[in-house]
Amino acid sequence: MGKKILLEHIDVPGIETYDVYRKQGGYTAVEKALKTMSPDGVVEEVKKAGMRGRGGAGFPMGMKWSFLAKPEGIPRYLVCNADESEPGTFKDHYLMKNIPHLLIEGMIISSYALGANKSFIYVRGELMYVIRILEKAIAEAKAAGFLGKNILGSGYDLELVVHPGGGAYICGEETALLESLEGKRGNPRNKPPFPAVKGLYQCPTVVNNVESIATAGWIVNNGGDAYAAIGIGRSSGTKLISASGHIKKPGVYEIELGVPVEEFIYSDEWCGGIRDGHHLKALVAGGSSVPILPANLITKLANGEPRLMTYESLSDGGFQTGTMLGSGGFIVFDETACVVRNTWNFSRFYHHESCGQCSPCREGTGWMEKVLHRIEYGHGSMHDIDLLVDVSKKIEGNTICPLGDAAAWPVASAIRHFRDEFEWHITNPSEATKPGAVFKGDMALV
Amino acid sequence: MEDIKPQLFKVTIDGIEVEVEPGTTILQAARKIGGDVAPPAMCYYQPLKGSGGKCRACLVRVAAGSGKDPRPMPKLVASCITPVQDGMIVENSTNEQVLTTRKAIVEFLLINHPLDCPVCDQAGECDLQNFAFNHGMATTRYEEERRTFEKQDIGPYIQLHMTRCILCYRCVYTADQITQKRVHGVLGRGDASEISTYIEKAIDNDFSGNVIDVCPVGALTDKTYRFKNRVWFTKPVDAHRDCPTCSGKTTVWYRGDEVIRVTARKNEWNEVTEFICNTCRFEKKKTSDWVIEGPTKISRSSVISANKYRADTIKPDFQKKLAAATYTHVDDERDTSQLGIQQLPPERFAPVLPHANDPEP
Repeated sequence: MGKKILLEHIDVPGIETYDVYRKQGGYTAVEKALKTMSPDGVVEEVKKAGMRGRGGAGFPMGMKWSFLAKPEGIPRYLVCNADESEPGTFKDHYLMKNIPHLLIEGMIISSYALGANKSFIYVRGELMYVIRILEKAIAEAKAAGFLGKNILGSGYDLELVVHPGGGAYICGEETALLESLEGKRGNPRNKPPFPAVKGLYQCPTVVNNVESIATAGWIVNNGGDAYAAIGIGRSSGTKLISASGHIKKPGVYEIELGVPVEEFIYSDEWCGGIRDGHHLKALVAGGSSVPILPANLITKLANGEPRLMTYESLSDGGFQTGTMLGSGGFIVFDETACVVRNTWNFSRFYHHESCGQCSPCREGTGWMEKVLHRIEYGHGSMHDIDLLVDVSKKIEGNTICPLGDAAAWPVASAIRHFRDEFEWHITNPSEATKPGAVFKGDMALV
Repeated sequence: MEDIKPQLFKVTIDGIEVEVEPGTTILQAARKIGGDVAPPAMCYYQPLKGSGGKCRACLVRVAAGSGKDPRPMPKLVASCITPVQDGMIVENSTNEQVLTTRKAIVEFLLINHPLDCPVCDQAGECDLQNFAFNHGMATTRYEEERRTFEKQDIGPYIQLHMTRCILCYRCVYTADQITQKRVHGVLGRGDASEISTYIEKAIDNDFSGNVIDVCPVGALTDKTYRFKNRVWFTKPVDAHRDCPTCSGKTTVWYRGDEVIRVTARKNEWNEVTEFICNTCRFEKKKTSDWVIEGPTKISRSSVISANKYRADTIKPDFQKKLAAATYTHVDDERDTSQLGIQQLPPERFAPVLPHANDPEP
């Protein structure tokens, strides 16, 4: 049984209410931080923990906090990015609806550490019921004296605002989120300046993922060193993984970073293996935007060593033979899944969600989607495959925000690892377009 | 009393060193050198605050971030919004990756841009046309359906043809920054986004006409000028009038004796220097309205300066080879006096003089 930090009390009945959460040791971290620690002391602990941002990019959270500009007389803001909309990722949703106080507690500690007196939780617009849960939790915390003026007599004031997003995936990009929070169209900003210097309302701002902020309470209670001791090397701590696809037990699991991928997929503690009578074909390890892996590279690295659930091990081999941990959207495919159709589906998503601001993404995502649609429906030609690779290369790295990369990677990696499947679609259109038809070539299955 | 001179930053772009003030962007530094060193810009517009970064046409490679930290930047950067650092080394037209990317950007921009230059008012002074000619491919790889829109009348003077729009956002910034209240903006998302007013509201204010000048393509056109003429048959002169609303300094475009169009004056980068009001632009179409200052200086990038698209002006680099190879010269024997413009002097057909910044042969 691995160590649990966030989901330790998930099974306690009524954990979503303040009273039960408090009985389970909730808000003790707020008491400890506000009464015995300085804001810089909290930042130091988080730095020591080596916690990496859980939203996808994996940027160390303590370092992000220490970059925050602190000019006199200008307010600073903490914004929690709860606009989780990456296909395959549903961990923040799960956390917020089940243990909302964990996020509130983390928000109080993080805001205190950063010196923010007004903090925002930007929640994905579709999750209206989660917003109501959060608002109720905030009211409870306020009634208990953990929010508002002069919290616990420390002289520190904090107000929490829950803001529903309008339902655009792009608003999960931190600068687009800030624009949206300001009431504007959610277009990503040009960087620099980074939010740490000019963020919300042109003031220094930190934007963190729900899971990252929710961990702050544990780090304050147990110390950064204790957190750093969990996991392997630079991948410290635990990670929520949203497991879905053709596995026996889909769901949200908290794992210690460093668990072998093979164990995660096949162990009964977690995914429980591939559904009966089927074989593992492919894996998207960190949400739809990361490169897809073929069966022979999932459990083992290119050099034959076992692949682990860590930032480093999953990205081992770069994009040639690796992928990314990303946001932890773990999608498993068995041999009944058609990679071409799946790639088209992902591509359709990014086409729909591109904000349309910069030309490579606006035009390129639509182009890729149309070409993939053509191949999937039996009208493709061989040069379409090379065209897709070329277009994805032209988008990657040339856009304002990472959405362009996110749209390009799944396409490029699917062709890199499953080119024969694309070719089969093109050379056997009548067979490939039959309902449920899947390529059955000599693929490596596990 | 300020005696201290601001310390200048030394920047090297395509091997040419230039000194600029701190805070200058790479694009502005490159424009100081001029010629091919200046990256193309489809969305960046110097007079409009906040513009730039969107079209990605001006991407350049930073080979050395600064003198202190000479590491290269990992990705290509948008030169229009990236400030220079002292000792920065930038590669623009000397870098293969930059040129390849630029070719891709042209291709992306042309995916949803119609090939209707023959009937487009902007043809000849179109940023996209120039950009595509200089950096694009001669063919397309895009086979799918293109997006189209109905033409929209936004007010009595301006027509919006969204099909041609490349979503540079310049007109949005213009309305934000030089008019009282912006009534148009970007609706929708991705390649379905469009410039529009909410429920076809008319754009009605004294400076609305400037959106026509800032538009890099023919998406926003002057209804008083639509289909009247081709820009290369007209003759621009600088003129001014006493205007209570704006500076009154304009460029008046003649065809024969007739004023067919009035625009703001533009600098060599096709950027408006002083925005003008709608009265000057749309209602003063008589020579007697204006005090003529003299012929407008035609920049080399303009189609009005002869031979802009002639084969022998095309340098072998920049993907121009193909266009040059398929070009056949047609003698222009039309009686241009009938068109009301002067007979072109023979020196305008002479080979273009070497540019000051041309590399040594």
